[in-house]
Amino acid sequence: MRIPVKTLAVPVVVLVALALVPQFAVDIPYVFKDTLNTPGTLQLLALCLVFGGLAMTYDLLFGFTGLLSFGHALYFAVGVYLVAIAVTKWHWGFAVALLFTALVAILLPTLLGAVSLRVGGIAFAMVTLAFAQAGSILAFKNPWGWTGGEEGFGTDYTKLPDAFVGILNTKNLYWLALVYAAVVFAIVRWVVGSSPGHVWQAIRENELRVEVLGLRPFGYKLLVFVIASFLATAGGVVYLLTQTGPSTEVTTANFTLTLLVMVVIGGSGTKWGALLGGVLYTWANQRLGDASSSHAVSSLPPVLRTPLQQPAFVLGVLFILVVFFIPGGLARTGRLRRALKLS
Amino acid sequence: MLLTVTGVGLGALYFLIASGLSLIYGLMGVLNFAHGAFITVGAYAMWFTESKLGGVPIWPRFLLGALVGLVVGAVFAGLVELVLIRPLYRRHIEQVLVTVGLGLSTTALVIAIWGNDARPVPAPAWFGETTTLAGANIPNDRFLLIVSALVVLLALTAFLKRTRYGLIIRAGVENRAMVTALGIDVRRAFTLVFAIGGVAAALAGVLSNVYFTTVDPGRGTSLLIFAFIVVVIGGLGSLRGTAAAAVVVGLVQQYANYYASSGLGDLSVVLLLGLVLLVRPRGLSGSFA
Repeated sequence: MRIPVKTLAVPVVVLVALALVPQFAVDIPYVFKDTLNTPGTLQLLALCLVFGGLAMTYDLLFGFTGLLSFGHALYFAVGVYLVAIAVTKWHWGFAVALLFTALVAILLPTLLGAVSLRVGGIAFAMVTLAFAQAGSILAFKNPWGWTGGEEGFGTDYTKLPDAFVGILNTKNLYWLALVYAAVVFAIVRWVVGSSPGHVWQAIRENELRVEVLGLRPFGYKLLVFVIASFLATAGGVVYLLTQTGPSTEVTTANFTLTLLVMVVIGGSGTKWGALLGGVLYTWANQRLGDASSSHAVSSLPPVLRTPLQQPAFVLGVLFILVVFFIPGGLARTGRLRRALKLS
Repeated sequence: MLLTVTGVGLGALYFLIASGLSLIYGLMGVLNFAHGAFITVGAYAMWFTESKLGGVPIWPRFLLGALVGLVVGAVFAGLVELVLIRPLYRRHIEQVLVTVGLGLSTTALVIAIWGNDARPVPAPAWFGETTTLAGANIPNDRFLLIVSALVVLLALTAFLKRTRYGLIIRAGVENRAMVTALGIDVRRAFTLVFAIGGVAAALAGVLSNVYFTTVDPGRGTSLLIFAFIVVVIGGLGSLRGTAAAAVVVGLVQQYANYYASSGLGDLSVVLLLGLVLLVRPRGLSGSFA
């Protein structure tokens, strides 16, 4: 298949520009607290990219196939927890742990997807929520001392590849996160343009019509469920490397809701929307946290100061505003403006 | 016996939350993620009122706090419908998204104002005492939960069966387009249903304050997930199905927590949901879905 140069140009330019980021020691005031190539900033950027990629995997379900899952956190958490448990508690090698996790990342969504896709709509949302909740309860309850309960535990870093351990190697982590986001982007573009991808979008528009055309939606939906879940688990592994160890917050229903917020803010079912939303949300969450301790905010009267100190509140309000005033998300604003001009 | 009563009590709590969710979904097709916020708002309004009434004897202090909690819950829910849900009329996905955003930001706001820690909520000592029933010592607050839920169930049933608004709501659940075609403004019923759901959720918040003796920002969200499970098991939009499912879920949770290990109760509820949906995709009552 020949891909026209034009469709490749923008992503490649963005990728190259992002890959060069650790080489520049420039200050970008207000956007980042520290210089661009310091470990602190690179760590934040790596997180942004991981969540950008993760948001794209969620968008594959929500935006492109119309499946509203409330359990995506489960598959991300599998990547975070399983690798950490395998190397720390079972003393496996990193490569074996990765292989095992990859196997689980295919089998688990195949099994759970086959069960939950028997129902549609709200019931599907609830079943996925229930499965994810089961995973979350497991992580909190600390069975056999594996998950470390609410606090989580520290990964045994001696088992991890040296290139990703230590503060000096933050730029490698950044590159890893960049590779993750780029690979997810490429895969999402590829599968959405493939022939199953067209069926997914047809299912989103009108599932009954797909059935009338003689196709069975179940298999297609299961396929997208497994692909999205597998990529989410891969993201979990990358996330784990950027953290000292797993913690329960990535298993909760609220975490999946956050993904939904990212995708909707960015624009669901668009080329760049989910990536943009994930990156912006993560960045804003972090920077609003920094800003709340800054002088500008702490000198405000308490009525204004108290809400501003909670990034989740500001982002929640922002999210409601986007739903009201920019339906379709940030990625669709251009199209919206054009539509307004035409009418 | 203690287990059974506690299980039914917990089920009563779930029913109070789930009944509002079920009505709202049945009438408007909106899965209300802000319901957890209603619980939290009611619970905190009660705690706040009580903390301002330091010197007052415990019974009036408690009752006044509970009353304020209920009123605040109703007003908050009604306002949410008027200001946030109504402008997005007929755009269901957006309505659900707005309730998601509202749920997240309300919890965050409560954390910002009163912090993450649990706060003790004073209640009359009588609730902590036990009554002996069939040889088991049962804390009195369990009876309070069950009686409140029964009252709400009876009141809601009477309201739906006997009043004109109840008739409109029931008809709206069955076929909204037809009700509108008959020249009735269903939207007024929407606000009403939200306010009713808000009162029931705030009541659940107030009662959970008694049951757990404290209030914390995560209360609404954690109860909401079980309420969702109850609603789906019971069949969306059906009040009786919801009541039955609430009791079943409460009992299963208590028994499994006691006889197996703690935490397994929550897990078995989740499994129960999976099982019910596979056997009967429309829930126990199977009416609307």
